[in-house]
This record gives sequence, structure tokens and C-alpha cells, in this order.
Amino acid sequence: MITYADACRVINESRGDAVSVTTMTQTKYWNEISSEPDLDASISNAMSKASSVALGVALGDPERKVLCLDSDGSLLMNLGSLATIAGMAPENLYHFVFNNGIYAVTGGQPVPAPGVEYTKVALGCGYKSAHRFDDIESMDTALPGIIAGAGPVLIEIIVKGEPARAGGVDQTWESNAKLPLQLRALRARLTGTDDWGSGGYYI
Amino acid sequence: MLNLINGVLHPKKVVAQLVQQGVSHYVTLPDSETANMYEALLAEPSITIVPVAREGEAIPVAVGLFVAGQNPVISIQNAGLFEAGDALRGLALGIGFPLVMFIGYRGHNRHGDTPDSAAIFLEPYLHMWRVDYFVVESNDDLDRVPLAFDLAKKSNQPVAVAIGTEYAEPEPVGTGQ
Repeated sequence: MITYADACRVINESRGDAVSVTTMTQTKYWNEISSEPDLDASISNAMSKASSVALGVALGDPERKVLCLDSDGSLLMNLGSLATIAGMAPENLYHFVFNNGIYAVTGGQPVPAPGVEYTKVALGCGYKSAHRFDDIESMDTALPGIIAGAGPVLIEIIVKGEPARAGGVDQTWESNAKLPLQLRALRARLTGTDDWGSGGYYI
Repeated sequence: MLNLINGVLHPKKVVAQLVQQGVSHYVTLPDSETANMYEALLAEPSITIVPVAREGEAIPVAVGLFVAGQNPVISIQNAGLFEAGDALRGLALGIGFPLVMFIGYRGHNRHGDTPDSAAIFLEPYLHMWRVDYFVVESNDDLDRVPLAFDLAKKSNQPVAVAIGTEYAEPEPVGTGQ
């Protein structure tokens, strides 16, 4: 069993200048150690869509690696995205799935099928390769080679579930402004132009 | 059912509009109204088709493309737009995304008594989300497409183009259409 903090640390060590698209519990840990905050996007207000946003970035900037830090509950809501990703076959996309078997942010209820092996699903859809880790040492050893290779790759990480603290999901005007601001910063970083003005509910 | 739409909508003319707007990617789940559009796009090398497995993926894929500097549109059916509601809320509307969404207006007939609930609910649905839209039923309406792009850019909001008829068969080569 791997901790979120260790998994995020090891991923960040192999990150380079890759874009990261995160969601759910791992976002908190990723934000604490991310070496490139301007290249981060946390899909906080559209549950399950991290993999689809990551695919778009990967297709739009094929010279840059894209890391998607997804989770099992989210991926189950958007499982068809595995087929969509496999169909477009972006060589620069690395799809991590933090598998804790529960809906952590709602208090720890089990997902419908905690035994799903996402590596097998991804391979069945047509991902180039898939890897499953349940100890940090193996993951630490293998990950640099995986990220140096071609995608799309799914990396399933068996993590210890952390049911949410009291208070639930952070829903304030300020917290919901983070995603549009992050995406504008990311577009400015990737394109070199700051041309996306304000709009939407939050900015 | 009576066909009350005057004229036809040629897909090559819509493709020409997309090229004029500099569209880079067409994120789509094909539907019964837009099959001929798909065929026409295959012949346009400047636009990449991105097929998705479910309509709810279309907006987030387009968000990623836009963030990476591309200029995507999406094309899904009205029934698929209903499925994509949370992505429309949390991403397109929530981030202020200037996206033109081509929506197949299945069941639209101008007669007002369509039995297709996908048509009955489309315009109320767009009103509910406060999404501006243009209805395109034939070649005569194609000047509404650049208006949709302009409005999306000015407002930093998604704008819909409801395709109110089935795209015509591709024109034979050399017809000048």
C-alpha cells in the first residue's frame, strides 16, 4: 500500500516540465510538492473529467509530456475516456490512477466494484502499456523508465484510502476561481501569450 | 413528418466556415444529423477530428486543446448535450470558455409539434444554462456561424449553433458548391 504523499513525491521527481492535470484527494498532496505550479491544473469543479482535459492538452501540445493524476472513483464515472484516449493514442500522455477503492471525499463509501483492475481495462482499450504498483520502492524504480517511454500509459497506484475530513468539498467563490485562473496561467505558459480574458462565474 | 425546412445545408459550406475561423480540432460524437458533416471533414486536412466515446468528454477535451493553444469546436447531438450538462456547468461556463458548440437539433421541424423530447427540451435547456445560440437550418443561415464565433470570443462564454436539419449528402466533385 502506497501513501498519497509518497506517490506524489515520486511522480514529481520524474516530472521534468510536464503538464499535470489532477483531481480529488491527490491534488492536495500534489500542490504541496509540485515543482512547476504554473504547469498544474486541478479539475476541481467537474468530477471525472481530468482524463479528458489531459487528453486535450496532450493532443494540443504533442511535444510536451502530460501527467494525469486521476482516481478510481473519478475514472469509473468517465471510463469511456480510456477508449477515447486509446483511439487518439497520444504518445505524451501518462495516466495515473490513484486506486483506494472508496469515495474518499464523501466519507469513504466503497466504489461499485473495488476490485476493478484498471491496468487490464486500459490494455483492453488499447493503451500502449499499463503498470500497477502497491509498494513505493517498485514504483520509484520503474517510473523514470515509464515516463521516458511512449504513451499512452496507465499507471495504477494502490493507495491507502483517506476518508474526507469534516466539512466536505471546498465550495467558495474563491476556491472555485482557482480552476479558471490556473487554466489561464497554464495557457499563458504553453502559448507564450496572455490572451484569455475574464469570463464565467468566478473571474 | 413534413419537412418544413426550406433549402438544404451543405456540409462543405460549414467546413469552409470552420476553416475561415481557424478551427484546429473538431471534437465529436457523430449523430444522425451530422453524419455527412463527418465525411466532409475527413477531406479537410487542416482540421483534426477527435472522436469521443461519450458526449460528456467533448467539452473537457476541448478545454485541454484550448489551453494548449488550439482552436477547437465540439459537435454533439442535443441528447448528448443533456448528458454533458455537468461539464457544461463546471468547465465551459465555470471557466469562461469561448467555445462554439455545434449541436444536432434532432427532431426539429419548425412545425412546433415534434414528438421528439430531445428537440422539445433543447432551447429551454440552453436558456436554463444561459447559453446563447443560433439556429442554422440551411445554407441561407450560414452567416450565423461567424456570429457565434464572434460572440464566444467577446463574451468568453460557450455559444451553441443548433443544426436544425440533417446535413445534405456531399456534393459531387466539380459542382462548385
